[in-house]
Amino acid sequence: MRAALRTPAGALSLAALLGFVVLALVAPLLWGSRAAQVDVSHLLEPGSAAHPLGTDALGRDNLARVLVATRDSLLLAVLATVVAAGIGIPFGALPSVLGRRGARAANALIDFSVAFPALLLAIFLAVVLGVGARAAVLAIGIASAPSFARLTQTLAASVGGSDYVAAARVVDVGRWRLLTRHVLPNIAEPLILNTTIAAGYALLAISGLSFLGLGTQPPDYDWGRLLDEALPRIYVTPEAVLGPVVAIVAAGLAFNTLGEALARGTARRPVRRPRAGAAPAAAISPSGTLLEVSGLTVSFDPVEVVRGVSLTVEPGEIVGIVGESGSGKSLTALAIAQLAPGSVGGAVTLWGRGVAELSRRELGTSVAMVFQDPGTSLNPALRIGRQLAEVLEVHAGAPRAEATAVALDRLRSVRIARPEARMAQHPHELSGGMRQRVMIAMGLMGEPDLIIADEPTSALDVTVQQQILRLLDGLSADSGAAVIFISHDMAVVAALCGRVLVMYAGRVVEELDAGALLAGAAHPYTRALVASVPDMAADRSQPLATIPGRPPEPGEVGDGCAFAPRCAFAGARCFVETPLLRELGARQRVACWFPQA
Amino acid sequence: MIETRELTVRFGPVVAVDRVSLVLPAGQVLGLVGESGSGKSTLARALVGLVPFAGRVLVRGEEWRSLPAARRRKVQMVFQDPFASLNPRMTVGAMVAEAARSWADVERLLELVGLDAGHALRLPRELSGGQRQRVAIARALAVRPEVLIADEITSALDVSVQAAILNLLREIQASLGLTVLFISHDLSLVRYVSDTAAVMYLGRIVEQGAVDAVVEHPRHPYTRALLDAVPSLAAPVIVEPAVLDAEPPDPGAPPPGCHFHPRCPVGPRVHPDRTVCEEADPWVGAPARPHCAACHFAA
Repeated sequence: MRAALRTPAGALSLAALLGFVVLALVAPLLWGSRAAQVDVSHLLEPGSAAHPLGTDALGRDNLARVLVATRDSLLLAVLATVVAAGIGIPFGALPSVLGRRGARAANALIDFSVAFPALLLAIFLAVVLGVGARAAVLAIGIASAPSFARLTQTLAASVGGSDYVAAARVVDVGRWRLLTRHVLPNIAEPLILNTTIAAGYALLAISGLSFLGLGTQPPDYDWGRLLDEALPRIYVTPEAVLGPVVAIVAAGLAFNTLGEALARGTARRPVRRPRAGAAPAAAISPSGTLLEVSGLTVSFDPVEVVRGVSLTVEPGEIVGIVGESGSGKSLTALAIAQLAPGSVGGAVTLWGRGVAELSRRELGTSVAMVFQDPGTSLNPALRIGRQLAEVLEVHAGAPRAEATAVALDRLRSVRIARPEARMAQHPHELSGGMRQRVMIAMGLMGEPDLIIADEPTSALDVTVQQQILRLLDGLSADSGAAVIFISHDMAVVAALCGRVLVMYAGRVVEELDAGALLAGAAHPYTRALVASVPDMAADRSQPLATIPGRPPEPGEVGDGCAFAPRCAFAGARCFVETPLLRELGARQRVACWFPQA
Repeated sequence: MIETRELTVRFGPVVAVDRVSLVLPAGQVLGLVGESGSGKSTLARALVGLVPFAGRVLVRGEEWRSLPAARRRKVQMVFQDPFASLNPRMTVGAMVAEAARSWADVERLLELVGLDAGHALRLPRELSGGQRQRVAIARALAVRPEVLIADEITSALDVSVQAAILNLLREIQASLGLTVLFISHDLSLVRYVSDTAAVMYLGRIVEQGAVDAVVEHPRHPYTRALLDAVPSLAAPVIVEPAVLDAEPPDPGAPPPGCHFHPRCPVGPRVHPDRTVCEEADPWVGAPARPHCAACHFAA
């Protein structure tokens, strides 16, 4: 919220609002007597040096009256908002703390009350409650309460469904505590935003009622009242109307802009992704090493998260990248595909050409990405067939019929049964495993040379996982596409990949044959990781091997080996000098001063 | 200690948990395995009263429904995702204190789960995933439970952290003599932690027995398929699990007869003469078969 106030709109509207508050406090003291001074010799005068906005029917200064009316106008608006929030928020929170039956009744009542048009209800109430400022405040407050109740109800329902509320229920936390400690604090922000905006509307509504003669009654006056009094003479002395109009508009804008700025500030900012250059260049010539990455860095100013990753992938090879969360493995993959947020350094070449020079189309057809959650990477509104065919229509400009035929073929190649029927279905009609196959089929539309799969099986069940692994293996063998397979699960990586890179704190710490993971790892981290995973033969009388401590945060990594503080074999050198990847035998590289054998 | 009899949970037309009868012996660990959507988390939520159910739950032989709240909460639960199960606006100490008796108790509990007392003043966002899960365990232990339900408690954690949490769970279980329902999709974890095991498929228990017996001599073809699918570093090969290449069926409209028959490698798709699988529900005679296997051809 604080960040929102530092934006120009936020700061400006906050300053304006504070100005109004100060004005409301001091204006009656400074200009109160002037506004009340009746002067029968200057009735209904136009603007002059003495009375910039003219005088009213009793000869009182219009400008002074507009300034003094700030207090009543703001006060009434705030009071009305307090009434609305005071009724609406507790009422809206009721369903989340009542029992099943009570909640249903409360929900029905809220739904029912929201159905009334608020402004009509306000006018009706103002008439019924009697004419006057108090009645107007109550009328506006009661009429706006349902929208508060509805908002609170919706927000509280989403928080009420969260695991931490469930956990609190299980340890038998009382209803009142549940509401005050678990539900309300977690919905406070949007409620405050809404209250700010509602105050703006209340100001307009109260002014409206006063203007209609239903609100503030003489001798009291607010902006709406002043407007009402000045309006009949709008063609004679327009400046008299100008005063209250400007005041209402400015105050209303201040409330609403502040609310909007707060709302924008609390909403998450989208990550800006760097755009690939679209310069047309010579076609890719597939020969030599497929992918070469050297000194790749990804940083979120000033923290470097990927700290110099180098790797090569030969055509048709399946390379695994293993690491824990925060190791930088996913960012490395995104950086290769030119999709990484943050600033990217180092060189990535595909068939010897820098990926940054490749056009979107070239990159899109030669590199395919498969993500972890197939549920969120497919467009829920489009049919499967359309989504697949679109890839080819957009990237290769293929006619629709041809693209559809290719889509059908690709669905068959990922072993989806009855592909014709599936083409007509929407993503939600498919199971998780099926959706992941569709994602892979989508990647295959452009006949890629490289498939980057980021935890593609982690969201899937074990029986389905093996099928997806088999599928990737088969596709690579059939089409000659190379695969970079990213996972936290070493057993899965070992089963699928030929070569494995182990990442820790943004660096590759070891590179070795997948078959050597169990017995041949040299880096203490790799060895510890392997030892900590129970398998079907684990000795149940012994506790599992653990790694003490936790991985460092990206900002905490300094000189020396990032794993040294957790390492049983670390010496003095490990804390000072950063170990670089060096050869250890023909097929293994390790970044460690004391590699284990 | 705790026993379910034909426990059933329905969400509209979907039967999420279908007449599950399980016994958790006091002081033992029962491992519950199944794929996502099999109903194992729903079963867990029913046991702590978060989901209404039909059928019976007996705690120490007494009807769960008639127990006072103080007795009901002796059944506690640790949730899967420690990033979702802690209130982001409450300190660790305040959260544990809600369930504990005193502040001294809070410190004792934090120590028990391997955190120091200084953590009590931290907010969840200042903790790592493993530390958060320790807090969630401390909160569950604060009401001195007799039964602890651990619902996939390591699946949101990193590999190196998983081992420490499993060790902690085993230590606490042994030292406090807790009865534990350990829910996981990973058979190798279930085998490591549990004394007995139950396998769930489409809302039903299809096999149960001593964990060694289930793992070494599985009777239900689905259990065998799950066992085949456990990846292993010692034998790193892709094993096509012994299910036919068909997706799990829709729980809203389970297949007739045996729920597993469309995917079964020993069922009617492979042996056309085994029509009994399409017609008769093997769940009916299950208690009489070895491992209570819900299979007409339980080997």
